[in-house]
Amino acid sequence: MTLAETPVLRVQHLSVRYGEGCPLCDSHMEKNRCTVCGSVWAARDVSFDVYPGEVLGIVGESGSGKSTLMQSLYFDIEPTDGQAFLRDYCDGAQSIWETSGAEKRDIKNCAMGMVYQNPVQGLRMDYSSAANIAEKMIAAGQRDSGLMTERVKELLSAVEILISRMGEAPRNFSGGMQQRVQISKALANHPALLLLDEVTTGLDLSVQAKVLDLIRKIKAEYGISILLVSHDLAVIRMLADRTVVMLDGRIVESGLTDQILEDPQHAYTQQLVHSLL
Amino acid sequence: MNPNYNYAFLDEGSKREIRRATLKAVAIPGYQVPFGSRELPIGRGWGTGGIQLTLSLIGPEDVLKVIDQGSDDSVNAVNIKKFVSLCTDVPTTVHTREATLVQTRHRIPEAPMSNRQILVLQVPLPEPLRIVEPREEITKRMHAEKDYAPMWLQLYESLIRYGRVTLSSEYPCMVEGRYLLNPSPIPRFDTPKLNGSECLYLFGAGREKKIYAIPPHTKVQPLAFDDVPFRRETFAGKRCRLCGSENTYLDEMFDAATGERQYQCSDTSYCQEMCAK
Repeated sequence: MTLAETPVLRVQHLSVRYGEGCPLCDSHMEKNRCTVCGSVWAARDVSFDVYPGEVLGIVGESGSGKSTLMQSLYFDIEPTDGQAFLRDYCDGAQSIWETSGAEKRDIKNCAMGMVYQNPVQGLRMDYSSAANIAEKMIAAGQRDSGLMTERVKELLSAVEILISRMGEAPRNFSGGMQQRVQISKALANHPALLLLDEVTTGLDLSVQAKVLDLIRKIKAEYGISILLVSHDLAVIRMLADRTVVMLDGRIVESGLTDQILEDPQHAYTQQLVHSLL
Repeated sequence: MNPNYNYAFLDEGSKREIRRATLKAVAIPGYQVPFGSRELPIGRGWGTGGIQLTLSLIGPEDVLKVIDQGSDDSVNAVNIKKFVSLCTDVPTTVHTREATLVQTRHRIPEAPMSNRQILVLQVPLPEPLRIVEPREEITKRMHAEKDYAPMWLQLYESLIRYGRVTLSSEYPCMVEGRYLLNPSPIPRFDTPKLNGSECLYLFGAGREKKIYAIPPHTKVQPLAFDDVPFRRETFAGKRCRLCGSENTYLDEMFDAATGERQYQCSDTSYCQEMCAK
């Protein structure tokens, strides 16, 4: 990978505020909360790039803004400020946050895949697994049910779920299987970017290992770019090429993962790394 | 005609407002036009949408036919005919070809309709997306953005679970490739009659306060995957016990005493005409 390549995703100055905000927000912040107006800045002036084939890890404690960032990118939350450019949308010329509802839907369905921490957010629990995976293809305009079913089988095989279970609803599946169905769904339309939000949280260790292996396999086989959010440094160490550290909605440190973990510069990162050891 | 009522029961302003909504519906085929559904001496859900359309359109030159599930003699059909006659003195008929205005519930007559006829359908639930989205504000947005993927997903789920699309009535149709329409609870057998028809179809939902239309010669296509074509119900090997018709929509009747199943034309007027021949 050469950093000179065009980034798959470029995020510039993303801010997400809950509350009205006030002119004194910048100077009267306590952690990420304005002491004057009470507004909470879940993300503040966040900028980063994700390059082709790269896994960018985002690490930070609970409430640091990691999931807010992911949900903004997947249009679940409307950002207060900032721009995000996708290489596969208008050649990166227009911010994806300045698009119409229909365009946002197209971007979600064709250019990105998302795996939520809680499968209930990402799956229709009463629909079959096949329909859950096909949903993305249908939304992208596929109208051949045979081709869709073939692709569903291919994806289920890739995530090691028995094809004979494709008619079952994910609510009958274990947590790890639900995550694997989510991953299949996210990959359905060959997206250039995969967003993984705490995908291993809440899973037992053996299932975690399976999901992590699967993500490594996906990275190797598909060459897809991955934005990986986790508060688990072991996961980040295993998967991420580069890492961004967030604290109170801001990026406090970024660099190669080895560099961040071996030689942390910011006090918070040092504390994180020490807690791992 | 009862002189205590205005002609066609509704006041002239109300009829004008309903006709305006009807004109808008004709101008935008398949689009659900809201209207101020009036109180009538009939409970909501008993055809008040269809009756309001009929009352707003009917004039002294008209001949009215009312059917309920194909029958001219059901309680609902007879009472609607009585009510309209009471306040208009318009003649009624059971013969489809003689009528200028046909109000119906759940069926389209077997006899082909001509360009001098209007078919008014009573609609319980006008929103085709209601089975996939309960919120009105969301379904409105889905129509505006032509986001019909959830409906396609519903069909795909049916294919996965049962190997076929199991909707027997209210089969969703695309009108002129733009709006998804609920053709009211007509059986799939009648759905193709909506396409390129000679007559004007008007749909009235009194409880839901919506009017929509399919003007003559409009392209109406039932949703179907490329590899799974839309199919009507078939009555292969069955015929009407009275007139012997083999190409009509048949009602099934079960004789508990003999254990015998019999079939009879659902359209009673058509059946009588065939018997007379």
